[in-house]
Amino acid sequence: MYPSRFRYEAPHSIEEAVGLLQAGDGEAKVLAGGQSLVPLIKLRFASPELLVDINDLPGLAYHRADPDGTIRVGALCRHADLEGSALLADRQPTMAAAAPMVADPIVRNRGTLVGSLCHADPQGDWAAVVTALGGHVVAQGPGGRRTIPIGKFVNGPFQNALAYDEIAVEAVIPAPGGTPAGGYLKLERRVGDFATAGAAVAVETSGDLVTRAGIALTGVGGSTIDAAEAAQVLVGRPLGAEVIAEAADLAARAAQPKSDHRGSAKYKRHLVHTFVERILTRVGDTTERAA
Amino acid sequence: MTALDEIKIGGMGARRRRVEDNRFIRGRGNYIDDIVLPGMLHMEILRSPLAHARINSIDTSKAWDIPGVRLVLTGEMMATRNLAWMPTLSYDTQAVLATDKVRFQGQEVACVIADDPYIAKDACEAIVVDYEPLPVIVNPTQATADDAPLIRDDKENQPDNVIYDWEVGDRAGTDQAFERADLVSTIQLHYPRSHPAPLECCGSIADFDRSTSKLTVYMTTQAPHIVRAAVALIAELPEHMIRIISPDLGGGFGNKVPVYPGYVMSILASILTERPVKWIEDRTGNLISTGFGRDVYLQGEMALRRDGKILGVRMHTDADHGAFFGDAQPSKFKIGLMHSAFACYDIPTAHLTARGMYTNKAPGGVAYRCSFRVTEAMFFQERMVQAAADDLGMDQAEFRRLNFVRDDDFPHRTPFGFLTDSGQYGKCLDVGLKAVGYQDFLKQKEEAKKRGRLLGIGISTMTEPLGAGNSREYDILGIKMFDSAELRVHMTGKAILRTGAKTQGQGHETTWAQIVAHELGLPAEDVLVEEGDTDTAPFGMGTYASRSTPVAGAAVAMVSRKIRAKARKLAAHLLEVSEEDVDWELGRFYVRSAPDRGVTIQECAMAAYSNMPDGLEPGLEGNAYYDPPNLTWPFACYIATVEVDPETGVWDVLNMVAVDDCGVRINPMVVEGQIMGGLTEAYAMASMQFITFDAEGNCVGSNFMDYLLPTAWETPGYELHEVVTPCPHHPIGAKGIGECATVGGPAAFVNAVLDAIKDTGVRNIDMPLLPDRVYEAITERHDVSGAPPVKVDD
Repeated sequence: MYPSRFRYEAPHSIEEAVGLLQAGDGEAKVLAGGQSLVPLIKLRFASPELLVDINDLPGLAYHRADPDGTIRVGALCRHADLEGSALLADRQPTMAAAAPMVADPIVRNRGTLVGSLCHADPQGDWAAVVTALGGHVVAQGPGGRRTIPIGKFVNGPFQNALAYDEIAVEAVIPAPGGTPAGGYLKLERRVGDFATAGAAVAVETSGDLVTRAGIALTGVGGSTIDAAEAAQVLVGRPLGAEVIAEAADLAARAAQPKSDHRGSAKYKRHLVHTFVERILTRVGDTTERAA
Repeated sequence: MTALDEIKIGGMGARRRRVEDNRFIRGRGNYIDDIVLPGMLHMEILRSPLAHARINSIDTSKAWDIPGVRLVLTGEMMATRNLAWMPTLSYDTQAVLATDKVRFQGQEVACVIADDPYIAKDACEAIVVDYEPLPVIVNPTQATADDAPLIRDDKENQPDNVIYDWEVGDRAGTDQAFERADLVSTIQLHYPRSHPAPLECCGSIADFDRSTSKLTVYMTTQAPHIVRAAVALIAELPEHMIRIISPDLGGGFGNKVPVYPGYVMSILASILTERPVKWIEDRTGNLISTGFGRDVYLQGEMALRRDGKILGVRMHTDADHGAFFGDAQPSKFKIGLMHSAFACYDIPTAHLTARGMYTNKAPGGVAYRCSFRVTEAMFFQERMVQAAADDLGMDQAEFRRLNFVRDDDFPHRTPFGFLTDSGQYGKCLDVGLKAVGYQDFLKQKEEAKKRGRLLGIGISTMTEPLGAGNSREYDILGIKMFDSAELRVHMTGKAILRTGAKTQGQGHETTWAQIVAHELGLPAEDVLVEEGDTDTAPFGMGTYASRSTPVAGAAVAMVSRKIRAKARKLAAHLLEVSEEDVDWELGRFYVRSAPDRGVTIQECAMAAYSNMPDGLEPGLEGNAYYDPPNLTWPFACYIATVEVDPETGVWDVLNMVAVDDCGVRINPMVVEGQIMGGLTEAYAMASMQFITFDAEGNCVGSNFMDYLLPTAWETPGYELHEVVTPCPHHPIGAKGIGECATVGGPAAFVNAVLDAIKDTGVRNIDMPLLPDRVYEAITERHDVSGAPPVKVDD
């Protein structure tokens, strides 16, 4: 690995880190898990002048639930922490389904959910999951903290809404109003490959009715796709075969895939349909049994 | 006293743990990049971003300005020393650094030698090259089009992009067989371009010492002696002043057979700077510029009698060799041993025509874990056999059995003229069918179909020619393909063994010692095995094409027997009897008439240095050069069962049964490791692996995110079985095995997936069988052919 020359700092407080970013004047990058940034630097696709390593910052390695059920994921919470999380297994099925499907075990040991959101790769898993769940990101800058809804935070391919002197410190998943259900499915040619296509589905049910739904798509557009229209048809209805097919159709239509060596656009669209249908059918079966 | 227990001393058949793993798993291997010489400089290569372009100018001035830069080389500078071009292993030439134009993306254009690799990389980025783009050719069809641009305008007598037009077999006899046929089965196939992708990329450290005129080169090479000869010829240096050292290699798979431009540049750079110069290739450099595998198109035809007998075979291959014809192969043949196809079947006649084309793709065409294109030969064979069985409506196992060469038909002349000498093909098939539960699976498959599930079973059976040469027919650039071993037994009965082969993961350090143990009764742990240093190892052709055990391994047995013959003289002396009265059992000579009176091999060794009889040369050492009488012919039967998800095209391997007959197994555990590794590479090629190019010649597959190696997650489980038919001419009855599973495996997986979707009428999906290709076949009900394209937006 022979990157261009860069400076490296490892601050011990968020304030210090923000100060370094300010001084970096747009040429500094935050290093958390490094699982996307380091390969880019290695290949010299990215040549930041300064790396601000936040791994020594205290108190960011958490994921926890507030008393009301809001889930908070700190900037240094690793994918592997989420994969092994009893909290998610118990309370947040869409995240629990996605965690073990992120990249490969080596990446999961270092990489972070918040870092994945910041990287804003259209093929990143967490942006789709957090979009389906209607989450947001907390950013800290010189002027303090602000909250950015995920749909605004990820604002293009490999682009996020952070100012150059802001650090994303936390991702927040709002407390569910009903019983949370859902899942995440993706096709990859091999573990660790970028997704050929993926779909995150998050619903909340009350009785046998859907009270809230979110569907977001991975790897089938220039950015993470929020298939809001597909999700909306589910709300207020029980998860029957007909409405599931309708949602799957709308999700497939919302996809904007391009043909590449991972598959044709037609195939990727079909996968979106299949995945949304499979997740909702499984959720529907479970809800029916519970009800 | 009773004879030694051979297994206990780590002899033949012992499942001895690999001694080399002791250092490898502790991170104590000594790979090229671990070697640091005093005053060493670092080299970095600037590669062409374009696949075909004229070079108008190269401006290196900004690179020279960077502090720490010691040397910048361009093709022009190489040309002044007559080193801009070098010979390939197939009698072509290859650019070391481009002078006139670049002919593939990733071609070497300039290089920088600097105090550290960071500076060298920075300086490469500071070199300005003015390119004038030219039309690009990325496949054989484009290469032979009327208006195709001429890629090799550097060559005289090269009016087009065709490298060779070659044939082998009996054209007229085959034509007659087709006239008599009840049915002709035809198929078009493509074996996509792949890459050996050893975990360690290539590299070299050249160290020219002006005071002694000695050139030492540490180099990632599978064939150090061939490289020494090549360097002597290319650089016009005296051969005895060149020392090639191949240290621990992190895999090779054929990729480390050729001589690469980077090696040559590092040597020249060391001569010019009078400092050691290290070149370590990065992953992208390895994948886009070094020896690839395959990339061959087939038109296959089979003449069949109604009862299932194969009457004749016609094959035509079009091979894409890239910009320079650099195949590593015996010089007599143009498309390697492609004509070893159908060796396990009793077929009266066959004819093969083969064309090779230049394209604007990386050169090389190495035998990626195979004996010179036999991977393509056996894949084509087993896909043609499967298609023929389907066309006849015959059971795939029975069709094979009907056409196998029978056990009592050896020696057997194959339809293309090879001589096979041994095998029990029917028995291997039986073992495989029983292990997989063939009849039960066919029932299960029918049951599953009723519930909308798609199960399939695929068979691949083949014998392949491993262990080139003999020297009559096999040479590389005129150097005959024999091999060698040298054994020195020290006075305490410990020994050092050196061979002309070069292990790169095959486990020679373990298995060669086991052959010595078998022949001499020395415990294997008392034998140190050393390879790869041309100043100390005897001359040999190196390790590739599964030739080590058939050739160098035979030399190890033969040199051990020479040592034993001398030890017998020492034993007779010690026992005070005549040599004729001495008998041998493992590890010990004894008096025939008084078996209790004996001496151990170790006592003989001590006597060789301390108590030798008058007239006997002191010492206990020798060497052997072994020229095999024939190739060895292992047989394999691979059977895969799969389930295909009709909604996504995803397929999972349910079972993979491998029955290998590689003759006598020296170390069964090492053999099994080779088979499992080979099956994994087979699975990779069948399921996910390919290197492709877009219309501009941009390589898709230039890193491990695009060129996929299966992980433990995807790799299926394997069930291994064995049949043993000793090789009749090999001194210990062994046959090659390192590559069988890579060669025979892919067709089993592909046949299984196609079997699962047979009701669609689809006859072929070319590899890799990525889910989207399988889904397309199922839903569109048509064959999916050709290299996976880099698709354009819909």
